[in-house]
Amino acid sequence: MGFFVRWTQIMSTMFEVIPEKCTSCMQCELACSWVQTGTFRPSRSLIRVHVFDEEASYAPYACTQCDEAWCMTACPVNAITIDARTGAKIVVERLCIGCHLCTIACPFGTIFTTPETGTAAKCNLCGGAPACVVTCPTAALVSIEQPSRGGWFEPWSDLVQRRFADAHSN
Amino acid sequence: MAGWTGKLLRVNLTTGKCASEPIPDAWLREYVGGRGLAARYLFEELDPTVDPLSPENKLIFATGPLTGTSVPSSARYMVVTKGALTNAITTSNSGGAWGPELRFAGYDLVLIEGRAPKPSYLFVYDDHAEVRDATRYWGCGVFETEDGLRRETGLPNLRIAGIGPAGENLVRFACIMNDKHRAAGRSGVGAVMGSKNLKAIAVRGTQGIPIADPESFLRAVWQLRRQMNENPSCHAFGELGTAATIDMTQAWGGLPTRNFQQGQFEHYANLNGNSIRDTRMYRNKACFGCTIACGRVTYLGDAWNKFLVNTHPRNWRVAGEGPEYENAWALGADTGVGDLDAVLKANWLCNDLGMDPISMGSTLAAAMELYEKGVLADDQVELPLRFGSGDALVRMVEATAYREGFGHELAEGAKRMGEKFGHPEVFMGVKGQEFPAYDPRGFQGMGVAYATCNRGACHLRAWTPGAETSGVFPPHTTEGKAPWVINEQNRSTAHDNTGICLFVAFAGGPIESLVPCTAAATGVPFTIEDFVKIGERTWNLERLWNLNAGLSRADDNLPKRLLEEPHTSGPSKGVVVRLEPMLNDYYASRGWSSDEGRPSPEKLAELGLANL
Ligand code: SF4
Repeated sequence: MGFFVRWTQIMSTMFEVIPEKCTSCMQCELACSWVQTGTFRPSRSLIRVHVFDEEASYAPYACTQCDEAWCMTACPVNAITIDARTGAKIVVERLCIGCHLCTIACPFGTIFTTPETGTAAKCNLCGGAPACVVTCPTAALVSIEQPSRGGWFEPWSDLVQRRFADAHSN
Repeated sequence: MAGWTGKLLRVNLTTGKCASEPIPDAWLREYVGGRGLAARYLFEELDPTVDPLSPENKLIFATGPLTGTSVPSSARYMVVTKGALTNAITTSNSGGAWGPELRFAGYDLVLIEGRAPKPSYLFVYDDHAEVRDATRYWGCGVFETEDGLRRETGLPNLRIAGIGPAGENLVRFACIMNDKHRAAGRSGVGAVMGSKNLKAIAVRGTQGIPIADPESFLRAVWQLRRQMNENPSCHAFGELGTAATIDMTQAWGGLPTRNFQQGQFEHYANLNGNSIRDTRMYRNKACFGCTIACGRVTYLGDAWNKFLVNTHPRNWRVAGEGPEYENAWALGADTGVGDLDAVLKANWLCNDLGMDPISMGSTLAAAMELYEKGVLADDQVELPLRFGSGDALVRMVEATAYREGFGHELAEGAKRMGEKFGHPEVFMGVKGQEFPAYDPRGFQGMGVAYATCNRGACHLRAWTPGAETSGVFPPHTTEGKAPWVINEQNRSTAHDNTGICLFVAFAGGPIESLVPCTAAATGVPFTIEDFVKIGERTWNLERLWNLNAGLSRADDNLPKRLLEEPHTSGPSKGVVVRLEPMLNDYYASRGWSSDEGRPSPEKLAELGLANL
């Protein structure tokens, strides 16, 4: 299992947003909602395109997978962890108790609760090939790989990795 | 049920009752959705002889089974009713994001009946639908209403389709606007909505559209995406927008100028795709799900204070959208105005006030002809209606929406206005509806396409210039055009029924590519033959309805100017439209009687319409 590599050596997947190229076509929302629900349901998309029409500004926006993941630090039951393959912060639904603390902690408003289950939902980079990036017709969303800047997290990285492995072991 | 939601929202404005009801399964299979399904409801429920502006008229908003899915350009919905301009069945199509939102709320169709006792709007949030008071929005422009409704409900993602002051004032060519700049534009559907005291339909949907066979669906969608991506027109639409067509029609002498008195416009280069892109365009904007993104977001920059208007206090210091080809032509070449800024402002005004720019421009052009010929005197009009006057253009757009001064006459459309002043020959259109931007003297095929379209003059049911300029047949002959037009009408109708934008067909995605998408989405194994039949069935049903409304062969005619006055210059010099042979051919090929154009009993039986 490749999970126990040192945190600093992990390549993390990011997607870069180039808002000037966006046409506000919402294909990304369709693709994301398809991955989340198996239906076309933008209200459940984890990427949101914000349209400011008078300013002619369209801003596709999803979780930035920030290094100092506030959602992860806020979670009282350690239900948010890191996907070792991509560096994405992911919600382990089995552990989530639906307390909404993560959604309050997130300064960007990119973690949501699913009404039916009450659990948290956030972008998990689709395990490395984000569907929104694949579908975006204008390349306003592009996937890039870069070495993770685990920085302040490094002392705990082994713990985080182990937690991820635990979460996926059964 | 997959693909379709299978539900219709029936709203009686007189009583305020909203109820959801199932759509008959057989109808879904026979018409797929959208225009056809709505026409079926209209045929069943509406007396074709009613006054379009009476409470008895019904107004249907219809989406297709692909609306709101990931099929490219899945934004479309169709407004079907008896048109205020045409007195015929009308089918006005619009993009934006309203149609998909309606589907996310769980409905395929909304059917409006009756008349609200006071200004109202319909609020739909998933299963919840209610008629609410809209007194405070009455008189407001489209943009203000949208922003106001979002603020009032606290729902930033609310999608709104509604009317502006033009619809309230029953301007005969008022449209229904959604998402600020998208229009179900033609035939006066906005006036019908206004006559019902319905200001807007505000929708928020949070549900999902299930797909019957996800794997085949995604395969079909990606196949279509690849095809479109490899098609040069798809990219050209994004690059230059629809206004690029001006170069083509100009070159072939088919760009109607100054109320169809000429076939070429000397200032065309100010209005074409390149000019818009290079001078006023800010960026592209797509409708929901659209990978083409032909929408132009435009900005007047420091020219904002040219052609000031009273009704819009900020005078467009913010971004707007357009113009499209048709608008650039109607507000530009047809009125002889070669100033892009005037056209832009007039276009935005039309959007905010909720009017169809094609009919607006054409009606104004007809009035300009009357003025220049001395029929209209200076004391009858507020300012000189000279061809080429940007001031007259912008001011008359405003005056028409509010029916101020001479605007009151323009608001009736060119046909009624021409008749009132004793010159019916200045009306350039069919069935009361003004022509779009292709001169049939330049493209003969458009002659028969215009004459036979069920909703009056229309370029979207069979668009011949592409075939006529690319060598399928020459532009100035008549042979073989009627059957080609029929085939195209059937195909485009089926295309409309799916809820996908017609531009997909011009950008590498012919109807053949939509068949597998629809089949996979709905789980019904449609074939291309089924689709063409569905198109033909819809077309014949609309025809039957029109016949019942009192229309006949006499209404499938073109104005005298096109039949008798040849152009004196340009590539289509000396040509008139030879409609008669094409029309005979058309009726025969359709299986219609030659006297009134009634579908024969055999034809009706073949299409499964025998008992209607
Ligand atoms: S798919 Fe791309 S272009 Fe379309 S809205 Fe999303 S980011 Fe913008």
